[in-house]
Amino acid sequence: MVTFKIARFDSDKDKEPRFQTYEVPDEKEMSVLEALFYIVENLDGSLAFRYSCRGAVCGSCAMRINGQNRLACQTLIKKLGSTTITISPLPHLPVQKDLMVDMESFFAKYEKIKPYLINNDPIPDKEFKQSFKERAEIDEMINCILCGNCYSACTMAATNSDYLGPAALTKAYRFYADSRDTAKAERLRIIDGEDGAFRCHTLFNCAEVCPKNIVPTYSIQKLKGAACFK
Amino acid sequence: MGISYKHQIIVVGAGLAGLRAALEAKAAGLDVAVISRVQPVRSHSIAAQGGINAALGNAEGGRDDNWEKHTFDTVKGSDYLADQDAVEIMTKEAPGIVYEMEHWGCPFSRTAEGLIAQRPFGGAEFPRTCYASDITGHALLHTMYERSVKEEIKVYEEYLLLSIVKNADSCAGVIALNIKNGEIEAFEADAVIMATGGCGRIYNKSTNALINTGSGMAAVYLTAGVPLKDLEFVQFHPTSLYGTNILITEGARGEGGYLYNCKGERFVKELAPRDIVARSIQTEINEGRGYDNAYVLLDLRHLGKKKIIERLPGIRDICIHFAGIDPIDAPIPIQPGQHYSMGGIDTDAKGATSRPGLYAAGECACVSVHGGNRLGGNSLLDTIVFGKLSGRFASEYVKTKKKSGQGQALSLHLQEIKSKIHRLENSTGKEKPTDVRNQLKETLTENAGIFREKSKLQKGLAKVKELKERYKNIHIQNKNKKFNLDLVRNLELEGKLELAEVIVAGALNREESRGSHFRTDFPERNDEKWLKHTIASFVNGTVKIGYKPVTITQFKPQARTY
Ligand SMILES: Cc1cc2nc3c(=O)[nH]c(=O)nc-3n(C[C@H](O)[C@H](O)[C@H](O)COP(=O)(O)OP(=O)(O)OC[C@H]3O[C@@H](n4cnc5c(N)ncnc54)[C@H](O)[C@@H]3O)c2cc1C
Ligand code: SF4
Ligand code: FES
Repeated sequence: MVTFKIARFDSDKDKEPRFQTYEVPDEKEMSVLEALFYIVENLDGSLAFRYSCRGAVCGSCAMRINGQNRLACQTLIKKLGSTTITISPLPHLPVQKDLMVDMESFFAKYEKIKPYLINNDPIPDKEFKQSFKERAEIDEMINCILCGNCYSACTMAATNSDYLGPAALTKAYRFYADSRDTAKAERLRIIDGEDGAFRCHTLFNCAEVCPKNIVPTYSIQKLKGAACFK
Repeated sequence: MGISYKHQIIVVGAGLAGLRAALEAKAAGLDVAVISRVQPVRSHSIAAQGGINAALGNAEGGRDDNWEKHTFDTVKGSDYLADQDAVEIMTKEAPGIVYEMEHWGCPFSRTAEGLIAQRPFGGAEFPRTCYASDITGHALLHTMYERSVKEEIKVYEEYLLLSIVKNADSCAGVIALNIKNGEIEAFEADAVIMATGGCGRIYNKSTNALINTGSGMAAVYLTAGVPLKDLEFVQFHPTSLYGTNILITEGARGEGGYLYNCKGERFVKELAPRDIVARSIQTEINEGRGYDNAYVLLDLRHLGKKKIIERLPGIRDICIHFAGIDPIDAPIPIQPGQHYSMGGIDTDAKGATSRPGLYAAGECACVSVHGGNRLGGNSLLDTIVFGKLSGRFASEYVKTKKKSGQGQALSLHLQEIKSKIHRLENSTGKEKPTDVRNQLKETLTENAGIFREKSKLQKGLAKVKELKERYKNIHIQNKNKKFNLDLVRNLELEGKLELAEVIVAGALNREESRGSHFRTDFPERNDEKWLKHTIASFVNGTVKIGYKPVTITQFKPQARTY
């Protein structure tokens, strides 16, 4: 048996989160997400959490598991190496219920950086050409699944509500560095300033928790450099 | 009790098909909004790995490709059940929509000349599958979502569609559960476009996202008076990871991976179409040549570290995280798993259903372009092409439609649904939903899986009917209004039971083998009797099956050999 200590919170009833304990049979290769389903189906139908793909690609199930922001579906119980597992919602985001947080501020910042390709050249009949090397520059950033792990782990985002944060800045760099994008100057204007790239103090909290092994700090440093020399 | 929201067009579903439909309606100048069970990028389209087909002729060895050849491969792959006029539309549109996605920013992988890269896929004569390493769905869905942010498409997130509301000869809107607060809300619309994806989770081994419960298809079938087509055609993907059934893309074989049984033999041409490879694998397992009577091996080691890291990084990640195996050093344990629903809401090539104002596109729809078996890479294509076309034709419909009193129909229906949910929430029944859900999945996998036969299908049908009865006594533990997963999952279960009945009944009737539908008691295709679409309608609480002809233009049915 594995003991799950799970933060419960319903803003209609609770002032503060409380922890509830559940015992879940320890099955081979069980993920934390599967354990949560075990609880909902067998122990407590009132537990709330988000899920969709169960394969670490949709970004729904980010939560804090044994002290670190992780994806529940990607975290095998076995790998945590502990018989007690503590789960709470992603920190520094408003809790909607139990393990669900409100991602509105996260997506508001995503929208702020104009998260779409801008190309004002005439559109070719076929594709825009792009070399291997040009495409390689955005290889890492395009893997982002917008899970929010990095944003929630970032000390600077936690203490400054206007800071764009690591995910939005990674996305900004993904477009800035895309050889097909023609809005470089505009992009640098958006990320310039103290609520933009320069707020990053290179603590690398973001990189530690990214389920896709992205290093947002890299994108942010590149943006800082570009903004300095523009 | 009023109407919460009003738009000219409501799109249900925010995957590739839904967002593309909404973008088209917006471009046509209409007031359109999307409702979705999840935030758009959480939709199942995100999980597609291998790629999207279009005869671009970019790859070495693919220069002579064209839409006619794409059409032929698709029709042959479908075991001649696809409607050929619809396939032609899709294959002609294909290059245009792939270029458009590229112009919108999709980060496709590239050839040495800087063109969109293409890889070979099963059942295709040429390397025709355009890809972004092995995260093509992710690349496409993010691009589509980015575009929808740019175009300011309104999305109502975390709403579960419950019902379509009809007027005498049109569609009045939809009723949905606001998952965030438990309210039942009405959306008035002149046209509704369904884009709710597949229903894989009726089966117990599925590559699909957990939210792929078919609730959209079920709502149409149960409440709109519109039939489902060819739902017995269920694709089983040959290679899902043993254990979690997470997909290992066909691209892994496209890049040169081999399949081995426990005797170390290669037992099938790896790039034959999916139905054929899936049956071969299952036969190896059934006849004792698998491992633990459950899986065979997919070996990528000979591709070398560089190629694996470059072309299949996502697959490598999946193997490492979910099976503790690095495919650079060890073969991957795989088994077939439910993957795709060729059938769905019966539409024509404009995405229109038999009810004026109700459209459908993507995996929840059946145009039909996949017939009895879908080729890899053709589904992403289907979602975008028919997403776009349904958006266009729904817009045209709305512009010419006579306005009728929709509000009244909605208010009435809203009350009905509210009482229904109230009854469900307060049911004193003793039946545990988990039991019904699990038994349903087992029954389907066991009796309507890769190999089917009369006695098993009869057993399956009886079981589904029993479970439908038991569902009436279901007990919902959770009485909370906010984010009530218990309620959401039980509402989905109701739909699953109905779709299961359609699948099993259609499979029992169809006494032949075609594409993914394989009857051990009728192992041959029978064009004389069965070259026709199954049309399933909901009548008096159960399924009523009829048929309609297949459209054949260029290609007369031939034996399907590879
Ligand atoms: C693992 C995997 C890999 C694949 N790889 C490929 C590939 O390489 N190439 C290819 O061509 N195809 C592939 N496919 C198939 C293809 O990805 C899907 O068929 C396609 O993405 C479906 O897109 P869609 O827009 O129809 O639906 P989805 O992307 O599934 O979106 C459905 C939407 O509907 C919403 N929804 C559902 N029900 C409701 C409801 N009741 N109320 C409100 N909203 C609802 C959901 O929230 C979601 O937004 C793959 C499939 C799987 C399972
Ligand atoms: S950068 Fe990584 S941690 Fe941050 S949102 Fe993207 S995937 Fe999640
Ligand atoms: S459920 Fe999709 S990332 Fe975990």
